[in-house]
Amino acid sequence: MSMSEESFIESTLRGFARAFSKALISEQAASQPGLLQSFDPRVRLVGVMGLAISTVLCRKLAVIAALMVLAILLAIASRLSVWSLARRVWFAVLGFTGLIALPAVFITPGSRIVLAPVLHLSISASGVRTAALLVLRVETTATLTTVLVLCTPWAHILRALRSLRMPAEIVTMLAMTHRYVFLLIETANQMFESRLSRTVGKLTGPEKRRMTARTAGVLLSKSVELSHEVYLAMLSRGFDGEVRVLNDFRLKAHDYLGLTGFACAAGLAIWMGR
Amino acid sequence: MHIPDGYLSPSTCVTLYAFATSGWYTALKRVRRRLATRMIPLISVFAAFSFVVMMFNVPLPGGTTGHALGVTVAAIVLGPSGSILAVSIALAIQALFFGDGGITTLGANCFNMAIVGSIVAFGVYRLMAGRSEAGARRRALAAGIAGYVSINVAALVTAFELGIQPSLFHDASGVPLYAPYPLHVAIPAMMIGHLTFAGLAEAVISAGMVSYLQSCDIGLLRGIGDFPGVPSSGNFGESSLPVRLWGIVGLFMLCTPLGILAVGAAWGEWSSADLANPAMRAHIAAASGNYPPPATVPAGLQKLSAIWTAPFPGYAPRFVKSATFGYVLSAMFGVGLLLLAAMVATKIVKKTRKQESRP
Repeated sequence: MSMSEESFIESTLRGFARAFSKALISEQAASQPGLLQSFDPRVRLVGVMGLAISTVLCRKLAVIAALMVLAILLAIASRLSVWSLARRVWFAVLGFTGLIALPAVFITPGSRIVLAPVLHLSISASGVRTAALLVLRVETTATLTTVLVLCTPWAHILRALRSLRMPAEIVTMLAMTHRYVFLLIETANQMFESRLSRTVGKLTGPEKRRMTARTAGVLLSKSVELSHEVYLAMLSRGFDGEVRVLNDFRLKAHDYLGLTGFACAAGLAIWMGR
Repeated sequence: MHIPDGYLSPSTCVTLYAFATSGWYTALKRVRRRLATRMIPLISVFAAFSFVVMMFNVPLPGGTTGHALGVTVAAIVLGPSGSILAVSIALAIQALFFGDGGITTLGANCFNMAIVGSIVAFGVYRLMAGRSEAGARRRALAAGIAGYVSINVAALVTAFELGIQPSLFHDASGVPLYAPYPLHVAIPAMMIGHLTFAGLAEAVISAGMVSYLQSCDIGLLRGIGDFPGVPSSGNFGESSLPVRLWGIVGLFMLCTPLGILAVGAAWGEWSSADLANPAMRAHIAAASGNYPPPATVPAGLQKLSAIWTAPFPGYAPRFVKSATFGYVLSAMFGVGLLLLAAMVATKIVKKTRKQESRP
């Protein structure tokens, strides 16, 4: 976590660039023709969420592994790059959850299977099972949710949420937040870049903290002003507090087939994984 | 602090979704009443702001950096209800659009960071700021302390949720099915990072932003429009606070039967009967790193345990057969006793003050 003098600005800028790149990849993947993309967004949302919930409910490693295989097949059939999925999800989860699960291999009580040559650490069968359950479960749910996010445009997720009875106000706020997230990232990006281009020499610790807090403060002032402008624009268009959302989805035979497939897979996994 | 999918059992996720939903419902009702048609643009833009602030690398003393949550400034400017909504929406966008943080655990994450974080941040800031002027230095310090405390309380709640998983959800052979570490491992592991980096990052950004607002945009510290914020005088626009507090106390009382879910006795709270019971002895040894309890009940423990017999042993009066009802009854009795004690204390304090104010 140690940072060179100015690199905290650069690492924040890199974070912003990553968010833009993620959003771009998501929009591109969602517009490609593929299995998941061909279903109605409600079927996608309910189906993939059903598989994720069944993964959390499963207690058997083999069944969770089968769900992981199903998630990978779903990604391939939806024309997603397995390599980018591996980089975006699998390695990231392994690096975080794998590290968290590692001590459990040694400290979980149970019958010893191997005695590690260093520090007299013993590896127990229960420990390996505990760690494997956690890592595989997290990998599978993360793969499923990423496949859903990559194959569904944000507007479709929102409309699916609305048709699944989520309050219209919440759906509208999610939509507007998404829109302004990118505007504010762009604003913060410009502020950091302009500060970086004017920074000569080394900043002291307090100066860096003051600078970050001031940037966040200016962003807050700009956000509040933006909200006033947005509100006035909404009023000018006749906004009266009532939210109306379009809901023009129609389920076709293909969607019913997909929904049945998801329901069968999730039901079977829950039954077999008890 | 974002819990990914797979770390919490389905029943924990459902319980925390239920808690979060009640928080969202109350917050939405309050914010809608105060802001009316301004609610949607203000909360949306503020949620976007919270999302972006979470991406800032905050430089910390010692040359490291940490990420802040931004919940403290949201609670100070919007009040706890607005902050609950804005931070929850930011967390939902992270989970649903960017795939960061779980979807089954979204309720838990919103409960920990948005609800607990906002309420604690607002409470501590209000307590520390007192009735000082909006531009007083005390307010920046109060914001820093509120940031530090709120992040650490939220982390503690998260650690508790993770730490109860192995004892409540394991298979027949005792293998944990979800987060594998018990409370005595989960709490220190979670708190070390938050007491140092994350708490400090939130303190730095909160104090720094309040200090900036004091010099450049002080209006925001007095609240937005008809939103109360934390005023320097007068009431807090919280006339219905006691009613809500009663509601929260009632909700917690109804939740007390959750204690029945816990298997065995709490560590270190064993009775002399527990130490004499072979099955319980095995459980105590397993919970103590396979260190067996003493062969006989310690004489001091046996002697002292006979001094006092509780009126409600095991959280249920003897005449009550249902454990659930017994828990609720015990909660009502306990809360009643505390209220009685508080009323007596208040009367004594008021009487003393009256006597002091007399010439």
